[in-house]
Amino acid sequence: MSLDAKIPKGPLAEKWSTHKFNLKLVNPANKRKYDVIVVGTGLAGASAAASLAELGYNVKAFCFQDSPRRAHSIAAQGGINAAKNYQNDGDSVYRLFYDTIKGGDYRAREGNVYRLAEVSVNIIDQCVGQGVPFAREYGGLLDNRSFGGSQVSRTFYARGQTGQQLLLGAYSALNRQINAGKVKMYTRTEMLDVVVVDGKAQGIITRNLENGKVETHSGHAVLLCTGGYGNVFYLSTNAMGCNVTAAWRAHKRGAFFANPCYTQIHPTCIPVTGDHQSKLTLMSESLRNDGRVWAPKTVELAQKLRKGELKVTDLKEEDRDYFLERKYPSFGNLVPRDVASRNGKEMVDEGRGVGATGVAVFLDFAEAIARLGEDAVRAKYGNLFDMYYQITDENPYKQPMRIYPAVHYTMGGLWVDYNLSTNIPGLYCLGEANFSDHGANRLGASALMQGLADGYFVIPYTLGDYLATIGPKPIDTKNPAFEQTKKDVEARIEKLLALRGNKTVDEYHRELGHIMWEYCGMARNEDGLKKAKGLIQTLRADFWKNAIVLGDNEELNQSLEKAGRVADFLELGELMVDDALMRKESCGGHFRVESQTPEGEALRDDEHFAFVAAWEYKGDNQPEVLNKEVLEFENVHLTQRSYK
Amino acid sequence: MSGTNNMNLTLKVWRQKNAQTAGKFVTYKAEGISPDMSFLEMLDVVNESLVHKGEDPIYFDHDCREGICGMCSLYINGHPHGPKRAITTCQLHMRTFHDGQTITIEPWRAAPFPVIKDLAVDRSAFDRIQQAGGYVSVNTGGVPDANEIAIPKVIADEAFNSATCIGCGACVAACKNASAMLFVSAKVSQLGMLPQGQPERYRRVQSMVAQMDEEGFGNCTNTGACEAECPKEISLTNISRMNNDYFSAKLFRQEELHEQSHGEG
Repeated sequence: MSLDAKIPKGPLAEKWSTHKFNLKLVNPANKRKYDVIVVGTGLAGASAAASLAELGYNVKAFCFQDSPRRAHSIAAQGGINAAKNYQNDGDSVYRLFYDTIKGGDYRAREGNVYRLAEVSVNIIDQCVGQGVPFAREYGGLLDNRSFGGSQVSRTFYARGQTGQQLLLGAYSALNRQINAGKVKMYTRTEMLDVVVVDGKAQGIITRNLENGKVETHSGHAVLLCTGGYGNVFYLSTNAMGCNVTAAWRAHKRGAFFANPCYTQIHPTCIPVTGDHQSKLTLMSESLRNDGRVWAPKTVELAQKLRKGELKVTDLKEEDRDYFLERKYPSFGNLVPRDVASRNGKEMVDEGRGVGATGVAVFLDFAEAIARLGEDAVRAKYGNLFDMYYQITDENPYKQPMRIYPAVHYTMGGLWVDYNLSTNIPGLYCLGEANFSDHGANRLGASALMQGLADGYFVIPYTLGDYLATIGPKPIDTKNPAFEQTKKDVEARIEKLLALRGNKTVDEYHRELGHIMWEYCGMARNEDGLKKAKGLIQTLRADFWKNAIVLGDNEELNQSLEKAGRVADFLELGELMVDDALMRKESCGGHFRVESQTPEGEALRDDEHFAFVAAWEYKGDNQPEVLNKEVLEFENVHLTQRSYK
Repeated sequence: MSGTNNMNLTLKVWRQKNAQTAGKFVTYKAEGISPDMSFLEMLDVVNESLVHKGEDPIYFDHDCREGICGMCSLYINGHPHGPKRAITTCQLHMRTFHDGQTITIEPWRAAPFPVIKDLAVDRSAFDRIQQAGGYVSVNTGGVPDANEIAIPKVIADEAFNSATCIGCGACVAACKNASAMLFVSAKVSQLGMLPQGQPERYRRVQSMVAQMDEEGFGNCTNTGACEAECPKEISLTNISRMNNDYFSAKLFRQEELHEQSHGEG
């Protein structure tokens, strides 16, 4: 099947404004005749729900947490990019576009990325208008900082809690519409399927997590704003509840899943301490503005450090290898995440890792503290340092932090066109859940930008065009597709509840995570991926025989909730492996060992792989079919990414 | 990493099937607990063993596990979020406890937070208070350029301090009156200090306080337990600011609230 991304014709800088003009509008009096379903209340979902309700549509919003304010966007620390050029340091919409395309290793669409850069400036205005307390200078104007992968200061931030403040801004806008009666909010409610009628999405099936009630909701359009799938690795910086179920269920109803192997491993996370570990904690990338990443120069010194025969603070300057500064003199510690992560892993693989497990490198602030003073460092990063101290019981003001890469973000997701529509009309996908803007690697401070761009400034325009096309006729909930989809969901719940084996769902999840991290993590090769595919298939078959799922449907049942999510991860994992196998090149976060430059950097193969891989589901245990969307570059010249 | 300094603990945990059923304390053993585990990871370990035995695992709310989402709760040995200051339960590590210790774990106890199951309570009252007025009424688009609003750094920083509230409910759980005034005042203060929040300042405080009262939260008697237990160290000053705005609104600006039913949506 050929995929039409519906990128508007014309010069790059005019595509979005031309498109906006060409999109149909819904008459104000008709807007209230449309129902729109929004699943997920993170930055993308809350901003979309609020903005659509402000326009006059009836919105039903859903989240599985106890409140829309809990969505994991809240945990984003570092900041949000915008091409305001308030710092007069050479930034522009074009530069943000260029940095993002390049940062994504030329695997994103020019049209989408340019639009993202274009609306980035409106996002900051919007958030400030809502009362988001961004960092400010003494003159009263907004402060900026630089962030990985960029040489200008375009990142707006709110201490180390930017995601929290932006989400609370979107949450407040959502609350205003709930109060106005334009949004009906469903909390502790999980979406378990999409209802597709005559090829169009017209509703969803949900389960009320408190009482198990399976319900049908209809709407003229369904927006999935359900985040990423990093928890397929079990350990990640995602929240415990983050899952792929909404997107995966939509995939199984026909929505294409694009570039699933593009996952981002973030270089600066707190290392694992033991098997009990339930999640990993990120230390914001902003720390690399002042922190210096290093490892001991020799394996012998690293061994001494690990055994405690040598204290890190006693290690002489000449015995430290600031490997990012050494290898990438122009970007230094600020290289993009994929590059920093792979280099950290290399140190550990060489036996130069530190900490009791040997699976970590240092992030050192001694030089910054000497240069700026401890108070200035505390003002910038205090909450991050406190968090590190709390978790590790080590004082980062006195000794370097230990860090190691961890799964953080997934660039892949449901395939969407320029309008954020999946290939199922009426089914839209926003934010991290879609695949659209980050290519093979996301730059720091770009996730918040994309989530809010999609929700505040893209979907309010593009959705109207679809709604105007289908007309405001009420949805016929008597259509048998509603009842059938509900029955499918109930049957699956029963099947899960019948599992009374001998292995917990968490044990399966952990095992899947090990497979994914080992064979589909920071470095991938053909043999490993083939092995992983077999292991996942075996594990999945075993899950459906031997998992333990306790309790009943009619109660708050965490066993059941987890089981449904892990069952979906067990299917997604295999697709990620298939995608990684198919993509024989290295690009961004996808590093195929077989494809590297003599210096060990990711080597793309533009001739054969400059396309989006959109996978089509063909039935349980059937191979998925690959559909290609060729990426066309009219404005940027594809080069080997260099940060040297 | 299972070191020799692992601990064995006794847990007294509140178990309650649902809101309609009476609950009780049940005692569990937590064995081989590493000091590096977080409190919630310790409960994960206990739950894994319960599931293996075919027993219903202990239900507790949690999500981000990095101290920011506000979903985790737990009243641990008489303190919301446990004995340490300025952290949430997910950031509490087992090195805070000692081998052989008995740990009592209860849900938040406050009438406006009914227990749903075991250690999880219904905090939707907090959402309803925010819905009553915790926002600046601006639509998407139609706002001025961000740098057209200059805000003195000290004011922005102070508003930020109020804005760090995570809505966990520890303040209510800590308060003998189950007062939500720290929570409500944090939002009232944040927006009340910023220029963007001025137009609705007096309307907002009245709407939010009215909703707070309707939900059945108690009043503030200046004990300060909320501030002491708040994981984000939200200060009592916020309550003073709210009282100030509230009295000012009631005495001089009664009309502001009456206009509210018009012009929304």
